[in-house]
Amino acid sequence: MKVLVAVKRVVDYNVKVRVAADHSGVDLTNVKMAMNPFCEIAVEEAVRLKEKGVATEIIAVAVGPKEAQEQIRTALALGADRGILVEAADVQPLGVAKLLKAIVDEEKPELVILGKQAIDGDNNQTGQMLAALAGMGQGTFASEVNVADGSVKVTREIDGGLQTVDLKLPAVVTTDLRLNEPRYASLPNIMKAKKKPLDIKAPGDYGVDVTPLVKTVKVEPPAERQAGIKVADVAELVDKLKNEAKVI
Amino acid sequence: MSVLVYAEHDNASLKGVTLNTVAAAQAIGGDITVLVAGSGCAAVAEAAAKIAGVSKVLLADDAAYEHQLAENVADLVAEVGKGYSHILAPATTSGKNFLPRVAALLDVQMISEISGVVNATTFQRPIYAGNAIATVESSQATNVLTVRGTSFDPVAAEGGSAAVENLGVAKDAGVSSFVGEELAKSDRPELTAAKIVISGGRGMQNGDNFEMLYKVADKLGAAVGASRAAVDAGFVPNDMQVGQTGKIVAPQLYVAVGISGAIQHLAGMKDSKVIVAINKDEEAPIFQVADYGLVADLFEAVPELEKLV
Repeated sequence: MKVLVAVKRVVDYNVKVRVAADHSGVDLTNVKMAMNPFCEIAVEEAVRLKEKGVATEIIAVAVGPKEAQEQIRTALALGADRGILVEAADVQPLGVAKLLKAIVDEEKPELVILGKQAIDGDNNQTGQMLAALAGMGQGTFASEVNVADGSVKVTREIDGGLQTVDLKLPAVVTTDLRLNEPRYASLPNIMKAKKKPLDIKAPGDYGVDVTPLVKTVKVEPPAERQAGIKVADVAELVDKLKNEAKVI
Repeated sequence: MSVLVYAEHDNASLKGVTLNTVAAAQAIGGDITVLVAGSGCAAVAEAAAKIAGVSKVLLADDAAYEHQLAENVADLVAEVGKGYSHILAPATTSGKNFLPRVAALLDVQMISEISGVVNATTFQRPIYAGNAIATVESSQATNVLTVRGTSFDPVAAEGGSAAVENLGVAKDAGVSSFVGEELAKSDRPELTAAKIVISGGRGMQNGDNFEMLYKVADKLGAAVGASRAAVDAGFVPNDMQVGQTGKIVAPQLYVAVGISGAIQHLAGMKDSKVIVAINKDEEAPIFQVADYGLVADLFEAVPELEKLV
């Protein structure tokens, strides 16, 4: 079966972002970019499905600036077979979901795997929106994925524990942290990935309008918390909590 | 304006986070309707009708909604929500699961996890793991929003007397089914609802040592959490994780034990009223946000704490 994986180019998770001086967003000048960590888990899961003989072809899709080719190449180096980049900047989740829906209509994958959220906008929407637009079932926040007999069983991380659902294929899965541990790409595979096909498209090719519907008015740093005091021992700590903070 | 609030519950009782979501609805303004969807959940609807400030409760009681399957719930909420200016759900794993689906069905760009209401069309929300706060504005016909519960003080659970209207609708989308669930059984309060939270980090060294934290927690009526480092190391299960990729908590008292204070973790607890840090490394970043810091070996400090509280 065909598997579609979505990957997003985001600020590397190790970078401490700073709000831009004009409060229009965060300052991305000379900041290291990388594949969204949850997307890495999505790619890894697809590759494992291929290694198990469940998946036959993996298509990596990104919606982003032209530099997002780098993230598709990373996915190709990890084991995806070909890539599609829809070149467009600052597309909001609904727009991304509509583009993915158009690609799903063309490619007809049995399974679409996405990260549960991207670590820039922290929206956690795209997978669910794609599933709604495509009329598919969804297994979000997955910690285990088992494909068998035309359906997929997904164990989901929910508040208070785990829930398992059974979805008819085709279906959408979004990854949580514990699903797997992504591998690193080997040098020979990085070289091979350069020769794999990568199509460059525009939103207009799919007839999708990606004009933002929500406007960012301003972006500010969060309120800073002031450091308090050091206490000498546990007795002083308990005394402060009881008599000063009055929280116990 | 009219606001539809989706109630969080377990078919038996209404979850407290619904009260925080109603508070966000009040900040927006207008008539507030609460939608209760579940199976055998009439008692939940009755509880929702008593919430202060709620003018109507809609009940969809059917097996299709028993396990809050996103496919079935989203179809219902999109249908019921059409006439409302705002649709709100708590930013729990349930709300995050079905609400984007509702937004897509209504062709609306959803706004996730709002932490503030500026006015009926302008909202604040954390981005980049809470390292920036965005103010966003939407002029869409319907605003679809998840609400970060810890950012809004709950409204009173009693005082209202709304009418309950049984919708008598049920539709199974037919693409998903519930197989089973494993919920952690605990006598301690739930992390996101607890007044006191005690969390352990990598410094705990192993899962058995969390027993020390459980003892203190039981004396204080506290919940026990963990940092992502402790979860990744396999000390405790993922549902105990406090942080940007785990649970967001804002208790009266948060005690961080053996936690260095990575940005990821701080994003999940820095809105707590009082923060205590116990760590043997006095350079640990957690001390920069702690109201009371104790530089000490946790294996001595925690048992002593248990004795003294």
